[in-house]
Order: sequence, then C-alpha cells, then structure tokens
Amino acid sequence: MGFFRLLFQPQRNSASIAKERLKIVLAHERAGRNAPDFLPLLQRELIAVVGRYVEISEEMIRVTLANSGDTSSLEINIEIEGAKVKTKPGPALNAAV
Amino acid sequence: MGAETDLREDKPIGPAKAGREAGLAKVIVITSGKGGVGKTTTSAAFAAGLALRGHKTVVIDFDVGLRNLDLVMGCERRVVFDFINVINGDANLNQALIKDKRHDNLFIFPTSQTRDKNALKREGVERVMEELKQQFEYIICDSPAGIEHGAITALYFADSAIIVTNPEVSSVRDSDRIIGILASRSRRAERNESPVDVHLLLTRYDPARVAKGEMLAVEDVKEILSIPLLGVIPESESVLRASNTGTPVVFDENSPAGRAYVDAVARFLGEQREMRFLKPERRNFFRALFGRA
Repeated sequence: MGFFRLLFQPQRNSASIAKERLKIVLAHERAGRNAPDFLPLLQRELIAVVGRYVEISEEMIRVTLANSGDTSSLEINIEIEGAKVKTKPGPALNAAV
Repeated sequence: MGAETDLREDKPIGPAKAGREAGLAKVIVITSGKGGVGKTTTSAAFAAGLALRGHKTVVIDFDVGLRNLDLVMGCERRVVFDFINVINGDANLNQALIKDKRHDNLFIFPTSQTRDKNALKREGVERVMEELKQQFEYIICDSPAGIEHGAITALYFADSAIIVTNPEVSSVRDSDRIIGILASRSRRAERNESPVDVHLLLTRYDPARVAKGEMLAVEDVKEILSIPLLGVIPESESVLRASNTGTPVVFDENSPAGRAYVDAVARFLGEQREMRFLKPERRNFFRALFGRA
C-alpha cells in the first residue's frame, strides 16, 4: 500500500496548486475589472461587420486591452480558420447591429 | 469625545467632517464577499477590542433580514428598535442603541428582520451615520455576504475596511473582488478622496495544515491580495464557544483567537505586534487530556 501511495502521490501539495490557480484567475479578473465599458459593444459590432463576410461566432473574436507602463494597446484577435466564407455579403452594418 | 460638540456648532449639515478633522469617528467596514468566513465574529471581537482599549465604539448590523450580530453579542433579548426604525424615523437613535452590559464603551445597533432588502436607503443610512459620528470614535459596520445592496451600503461610508478572508480559494477570490469594489464604489472613491485603507484579516487559520501543505499559508494570501496584513486568527474551538454564549471572543483571555483579535486591534491602533499562532501548537499531553483548547 505504502509503495503504491508513494508511486501515485501527486508531486505538488494542494496549497501550492491553490496558489497557482488563484494567481491565474485573479490576473484575468483584475484585467477585466479595469476594462472600459465599450469593449463588449465593440466586440459585438466587430462580430456584426466580420459576420457579413464570414460565418463567425462570438468566441472567435477576442478584444483585449493591455496596459504596460504608459501605453495601452487594444488587441483584436479574429480567428477565421475553418470559418465558412459567405458567397454573398450579409446585410449592411446599420441593419446588422 | 467632548470636543466635537464645539466643532459641530457652525455646520448643521456636515458635522462628520468636523469629527474627521479632529481625528474622531472612523468608520470601519468588516467585509469579505463570501459568507461564513467570520465577519460577524470579527465585528463583535473588533468592536469589543476597541472598547476595551478605551474607545467608544458602536457596531452596526447591515445584514437586513438576517439579523445575527445581536446573538453573537448576547443582546438578542434587548432589541426593541432597529436600524430601519431609525432610518424611517419611527424611533430615535438612542432608543435603538443597545449598551453592552460588559463594557461601558460598547454599543450594539441591531438591524431589522424585514424581508425588504432595499429598506436601507442610502440617504437614511447617511443621516444615521452622521448622527453616530457625533457620539462615537469608531463605527464598525458588519457587512452581509455578497455584493448586493446591503454589502455595498455597508462599505459605502467606510474610511477603513477589514477584509475577512479564509485560507481557501473561493474566499480569497471573493476578497479580491470586494477590494476592487471598495476601490471603485465607496464614497471615498466616488468623491476622489484618499482611498479606503484596506486590511487583510486571515481567519480560521490552521498552522498544522499549512505545515503539511494542505492550506494556503499567510504569505501566499498576502502575496495574492497584496494588501497589508492586520492579523491572523487561528482556527479555535473558543470561537464557537463564544458565539454559543453570546460573548465577543476577546473577552475570553484563554482563547488563542481572542488574543489574536486583541493583537489585531492593537495593530489597527498603530502598535507593532509580532504575529502569533502561525506555527503548529505542540500538543501538551496533559493539556490534551484535561485542558481546553
């Protein structure tokens, strides 16, 4: 029994796992907390525009605002690999949003 | 106290400012986000601890509908009027305040058992707080769990906040959330004043489990939340014993938790005190056989 327990015992104790998990989740949540309010709307509008040409879903667009020192950068990642290209563009933006 | 009557003469609307300028009337919110981590225990212990140090202190229950501070303070049978009665003008402040029987400096302000959670109107609460600031040096606000109306109202007027946290993932995460809310939604934040000063109080700490790597260590929580540490309260049987009997745990001189709270109060008042109860206690054979924890 003791031998098996030794063999399968996890390498790290649970407290250090807790610490790592917390660091990651809080880094993410803190970034979201300070984000300006327009980000979700921007994301929705981008989906509408890109969606005119390619079939995309919400999780394929990522809008993040990164702050480092004095500069902040807006990063927009649109993943269209595997997305179906529409043969005819969808309705114009005003109608879509 | 005593001096504030002179200060308040010329300003009937903003007397609190006078109190603050004279270094009086500090509002402390005891909050956590998560429930069951020890907010009410801490509120009772901290209020009693400040009273023991000679400061006239009132502890207010903000948990409308789930009144419990009265039980923990042992005055549940003396509640006649409550917070909502005073806000609505059905009773005056001194009719609702309950004077603690153990200490002259200590007062309890019970909440209402109404189910209307929005009964705590901000203007009403503000008026009551201003009135309390005329009478007390410290106003301890026992926040309800969560981030709803009651919790926000409890932290809104705070000058200081004590973030009660257990060494456990969900509690630490919720504490981080509430620290963010203090920084953005308190009155000090809204008015662009100096921010609410926040303190970490780690409760239900079990050094033996920390030593075994089963529980987040105090350094870990401090590092993650990055706010100053006010104290570490060890997991202790005496806390349940205290609430069973309706006695703030600081009145139990044999209790490790009680002594840790006394230390935390002293640190809050600016004293340097070494952190105790961070190492596993060696069980004395005779204590284990006959003694109390």
